Amino acid sequence: DIDDVGRKYHLELVLEDVLDKDGTVNCTAEVLYHLGNKNIAPDVHFTTEGELKNTDEADNVFYNRIKSLEKELVAENIPDSHGNVPPEMEPIRLLAWAAAGYVIWQNSTENTKFQLAQIKHVKQVKRSDEYLEFDYTILLHEMVSQEIIPWQMTVLWHPQHGVQVTQDSPQPKHPSE
Amino acid sequence: HQVLRIKTRNEEEIKKLHLLDSLEHLELDFWINPSTPALPVDVRIPTNGVQAVKAFLESHGIEYSILIEDLQVVLDKETQDMACSQQRDRSSSTFNYGTYHTLDSIYAELDHLVSEYSNIVSKLQIGESYEKRPLYVLKFSTGGSNRPAIWLDAGIHAREWVTHASAIWIAKKIASDYGKDPSITSLLNKMDIFLLTVSNPDGYVFTHTTNRMWRKTRSKNPGSLCIGVDPNRNWDAGFGGPGASSNPCSESYHGPSANSEVEVKSVVDFIKNHGKIRAFLTLHSYSQLLMYPYGYKCTEPADHAELDAVGRAAASSIKSLYGTTFTVGSICTTIYQASGGSIDWSYDYGIKYSFAFELRDTGRYGFLLPANQIIPTAEETWLGLKKIMEHVRDNPY
Repeated sequence: DIDDVGRKYHLELVLEDVLDKDGTVNCTAEVLYHLGNKNIAPDVHFTTEGELKNTDEADNVFYNRIKSLEKELVAENIPDSHGNVPPEMEPIRLLAWAAAGYVIWQNSTENTKFQLAQIKHVKQVKRSDEYLEFDYTILLHEMVSQEIIPWQMTVLWHPQHGVQVTQDSPQPKHPSE
Repeated sequence: HQVLRIKTRNEEEIKKLHLLDSLEHLELDFWINPSTPALPVDVRIPTNGVQAVKAFLESHGIEYSILIEDLQVVLDKETQDMACSQQRDRSSSTFNYGTYHTLDSIYAELDHLVSEYSNIVSKLQIGESYEKRPLYVLKFSTGGSNRPAIWLDAGIHAREWVTHASAIWIAKKIASDYGKDPSITSLLNKMDIFLLTVSNPDGYVFTHTTNRMWRKTRSKNPGSLCIGVDPNRNWDAGFGGPGASSNPCSESYHGPSANSEVEVKSVVDFIKNHGKIRAFLTLHSYSQLLMYPYGYKCTEPADHAELDAVGRAAASSIKSLYGTTFTVGSICTTIYQASGGSIDWSYDYGIKYSFAFELRDTGRYGFLLPANQIIPTAEETWLGLKKIMEHVRDNPY
């Protein structure tokens, strides 16, 4: 506890590459949850030791495939009710996962635990510049309250420039949902 | 109709394919569209155009191979296969345990298990859901009268599909292992097992028809537009306390009073009437946890040491199969304080061996666990349950 500031946690963890089970990286992090105003994201500082598998080739294949689609990509329910993800949608899911990480960070407190539950809808937005843009509606599962929260996020991506969430907002739920 | 796989080498060839595509009279149906030379192009060609397309490709030196020689043959076989498996589905030996099923399909399989293993399996109805669906419990028994018994339930939360799927697999496992596996055989020679595979049928149906993420029951809340009560906040254990909501629109709404939900009351009545339930085990997903009381308060139960030891042994068994790790502890210290939960009620009622499982995974797929993980999940979970059941068998009270 830090008086008048908040609560700081010191963490030592191991990161595992989901796509390469043998790929692990050691990580130390400091997370500071601010006192009072719950609208500020926690401060996070981290260092990593080790390198993860290079994904340049797969990134470029995906990038080129999407860039050259005649009609904008549109999809829904990823994974579907049975947990299936069509292989060509896997990069779309991984991108959502990375972007959702940012949204989750911005909205976390000591009393929340968010997971990405599902992509309800994703639509590609064509751009004239080199970036790929996707408009996602995702479902976040908040484990403490058990609530499912629909969330819109606009995601930009480029193989060399990484992921960016340019816009995001929680969506209202209908009482029947 | 033939399906060709075309391997383009450069953008030029891609352009030529776009040209082909523009010739409408050929009625080409691209299964994989020409986009980048890195990916193959698959196209279905009606019979009349096959020769012309092949001639075009060959004259431009574009490489291709025949993926499907005659599509009709493939389709005919598929129709035949489907008719065959539909017929087979009606006999129990081919219920596919590795896929998610509708309520009707699960209920049909319960009947098949009863008829296939009639010497040890019978089905009881312990009540009806809010929307009047039967609540069916399978009883595994080798006889005696009112033997001490173990209770196991799944699907109290509708969206936790892997629990229903695991429960039906476990039912099959218990029935088929009797007489073969020494442990289960000796267990059933002394005790009965009661298994409620779908605790919340209304919710489960709703996840199939309308909202895959539904959790609660489907009861109407007077004065509110919101439907349903969290059945695992509705038990008479610290009811209405911290960790449950008084808002009907909340996923953890505790309901107007303890046991207000018929799905909960039916189980409570059954357990009380039976009088000799020695273990109460319940399946949830996800998070990979094995928990004992309490959830409604953060103090340790009197049997804390024993429950923790049994829990650890069970987690160890689970891990031995596929390396899946489960965290063991009380509900309050492991996840959060939550009042009105089922194992808190059963423990305070006098059922010492009360455990709640949270099955796979830890968040990567969450509720949407891929079907190919159903059987591995059921197999490892069964090892954990068996460990607990063996301890119950060997420690009568």
